[in-house]
Amino acid sequence: MSVIVVLIGISVLVAGGFLIAFLWAVKSGQFDDKYTPSVRMLFDDDEKDETKK
Amino acid sequence: MGICYIPPDTRKPYYFIKPWINYLQDKNRINKEEIICYHCGDICKEGSVTKEEKNFCCKGCKIVYEILDENNLCKYYSIDRNPGISPKVRSEIKYEFLDDVQIKKQLLDFSDGNTSMASFFIPQIHCSSCIWLLENLYKLDAGITHSRVNFPEKKITFKYLETKTSLRKISELLDSLGYEPLINLDAAEKKGRSSHLKKLYYKVGVAGFAFGNIMLLSFPEYLGLEKFSEPGFHKLFGYLNLILSLPVFFYSGSEYYISAYKGLKNKIINIDFPLFLGIFVLFARSVYEILAQTGAGYMDSMTGLVFFLLAGKIFQSKTYGSMNFERSYKSFFPFSVTVIKTGKETTIPLASLKKGDRIIVRNNELIPADSILFKGDGNIDYGFVTGESLPVQKVLGEIISAGGRQAGGAIELEVLNDVSQSYLTQLWNNDVFTKEDTSRLQSFSNSISKYFTIAVLMLAAGSAAYWMPYGLNIAVNVFTAVLIVACPCALALAIPFTYGNVMRIFGRNKFYVKNASVIEKLSKISSVVFDKTGTLTQSGKSEVVFRGRALSDYELMLIKSVAKNSTHPLSRKIYEHLTGFETIEVKEFAEITGKGISGIADGNKILLGSELFASGNPNAAKIRTFGKSSRVYLSINGEVPGKFEITNSYRGGLAETITRLEKKVGLHLLSGDNNNEAEYLENLFRQPHQLRFGQSPEDKLEYIKGIQFGGNVLMIGDGLNDAGALKQSDVGISVSDDVSNFSPACDGILESGSFTKIPDILEFSRLSVKVIITSFSISFIYNIAALFIAIEGMLTPIVAAILMPVSSISVVVFSVVATNFLAKRKKLS
Repeated sequence: MSVIVVLIGISVLVAGGFLIAFLWAVKSGQFDDKYTPSVRMLFDDDEKDETKK
Repeated sequence: MGICYIPPDTRKPYYFIKPWINYLQDKNRINKEEIICYHCGDICKEGSVTKEEKNFCCKGCKIVYEILDENNLCKYYSIDRNPGISPKVRSEIKYEFLDDVQIKKQLLDFSDGNTSMASFFIPQIHCSSCIWLLENLYKLDAGITHSRVNFPEKKITFKYLETKTSLRKISELLDSLGYEPLINLDAAEKKGRSSHLKKLYYKVGVAGFAFGNIMLLSFPEYLGLEKFSEPGFHKLFGYLNLILSLPVFFYSGSEYYISAYKGLKNKIINIDFPLFLGIFVLFARSVYEILAQTGAGYMDSMTGLVFFLLAGKIFQSKTYGSMNFERSYKSFFPFSVTVIKTGKETTIPLASLKKGDRIIVRNNELIPADSILFKGDGNIDYGFVTGESLPVQKVLGEIISAGGRQAGGAIELEVLNDVSQSYLTQLWNNDVFTKEDTSRLQSFSNSISKYFTIAVLMLAAGSAAYWMPYGLNIAVNVFTAVLIVACPCALALAIPFTYGNVMRIFGRNKFYVKNASVIEKLSKISSVVFDKTGTLTQSGKSEVVFRGRALSDYELMLIKSVAKNSTHPLSRKIYEHLTGFETIEVKEFAEITGKGISGIADGNKILLGSELFASGNPNAAKIRTFGKSSRVYLSINGEVPGKFEITNSYRGGLAETITRLEKKVGLHLLSGDNNNEAEYLENLFRQPHQLRFGQSPEDKLEYIKGIQFGGNVLMIGDGLNDAGALKQSDVGISVSDDVSNFSPACDGILESGSFTKIPDILEFSRLSVKVIITSFSISFIYNIAALFIAIEGMLTPIVAAILMPVSSISVVVFSVVATNFLAKRKKLS
């Protein structure tokens, strides 16, 4: 049954990893603006097309 | 200069409406009346220009197009239709002050001498084209390395190289594209507004993490499996739970302890006190149980409670990023002024402007302090202060009060008063603005929590006393169990979720409130005070109709020429109404106060004014209002062909709105204007004695103070002259045509289109308080049921673990569903 101890340890570590990822995301400002990225992803960066006349 | 070719892009939703747009534009080319500017979408009038088969309403628009065209940025026009901002409405603010080291330091977010970072608030950001262009700024200025737009906050953040460009150059570039950055004193003062929300996210993250893991580790307990597993696990899980709960108790929940402590210090038992009690007892008892090995504790309930409470806080903290509810005059005044010192023009920060300084105010610049006109023609637009958009003419030597905007050539002024002592700004020296905002209204939750806490403590003590004979251990158990169960978490959740949802519903109806407590205050309003200009009337709009025989173009041209010479509001309205006519020189122009104007144009004598003045008929009336319109009679060479009827345009549905409001609340009107339209307004309002005209900003403030003895007052205004009244009233709402534009400090901003919804908004606020009371009753039933269990001494961890989330979630679901349902019924959805 001691395998449970290992599993518990891993599960807490994985969850902790997600917690750290979340805190990092907040810190880096990913929750500051939840609207603009949804528009930004629709822009293409194909500059070649534009320079065509 | 190549012609931009934009390949059709089927991935974008607007591709499908493109043919329709093309059709519209083609049609416009045929019909000369409706040519639309390719850049800004305005209708092209006289002075429009064309280039490469594209129409522009003015040179400014064409120049912006050319800049974009040269730099291959024409995609700007393909993302949204006619996305540009016409430079017509732009001011000619100079950006020299941005070279000043001190000012720059205030504005920069970060600088290492080489790379600098700053952000600007740009109210003109309005569509996806804006985002695209502003994020491609580096193509226009090689010094900009990176730019990012925050659309909801209408903010651009950019990094640039000091060696290649400067803050001033970037500002000028943005300005030339029509995106005039709004740089003012407030912008420099407020920074890190979102840090509170960030902290909340951290806390909820930690609490959620602990809650989930503790629930997982408590499963053996829930299912009664501990008998089957090795005894070591039981201990291990207990200790793990304890470790996981520590950051939740000490970090995530800390806000509640601080708030409860602050409340106690002010001798108030607020809602956070019973919450603190609940959290603390849960934690203390769990720690004891785990360490003493007497049980598994209630760490899952404790962390869950904190998690739900914080989630509610986040839900409630919906903010409107681009709006600012705390503006003082500082937000509207420029950062710097141009002064003349020893014959030379220099820019100095506004704060160091002194009495006696000689300043230059250019077209569209704001007059920062009361001053005397020294040179040039003053044509001052006080729209910003009073909502009245007709400019006032000022001659040399006249005093110009602060807050006006010069329209026309540059003028030279001598400063009479310091900025903070000027007519307009001294309103902010009033007590209302200096003292801390202490609401007169005690919030519902706080008034309830006092009795609640006392009742719970007494109940807990009573049941402990009852169990005392059976042993101290049991008594303590029961005492803590009662406190745990009675923790008003459902109430603490009902309030943020109800108000948070109501804020969202209001937002969908173009009514934006500062915070949730405004909704509660709105529900207790007993009188509503209106401002007139700009609030009941549509700012800058009035209808001019000529009644009489048809006038020829030549006659209209003569009338326009005469009207041009007068500054009387009615003459200005006639002048503006007659578009598309040239004006000629007028001889022997005369303006007789209270009667009218006269002049000779091209040999024809034109009279405009009262019936008596124009027709000479002694039985005729003076200029006066008929209903809601003013009549101006016309006479050409002694003949009276008819009259102009000028209607101040009141908002649509005004009468209906007022009738609906009058059934529920007392109505008042405070107008800074004269009583020209008193007759119409007196018919509109049921209590005509509550209409006041000619009110100064201070008068308005005092009037509100006076009627506050009779109940809670809602002030609805718009201009800076209402700022005092908005602040003094229990709830101040400012009406605005464009919500991201100027509005004085207030509790809520209402888009003018939603004006008729004011009765519904008041009604809905009342209903939302009823929703909270109902939610509270529901949670009360849970509490009573749980209390019986607790007093019986049967509160096992599994019962607590089920009861706590079930009661919380059902209350949350009820409050959200109920508010949505009521909003639908009130047609507010």
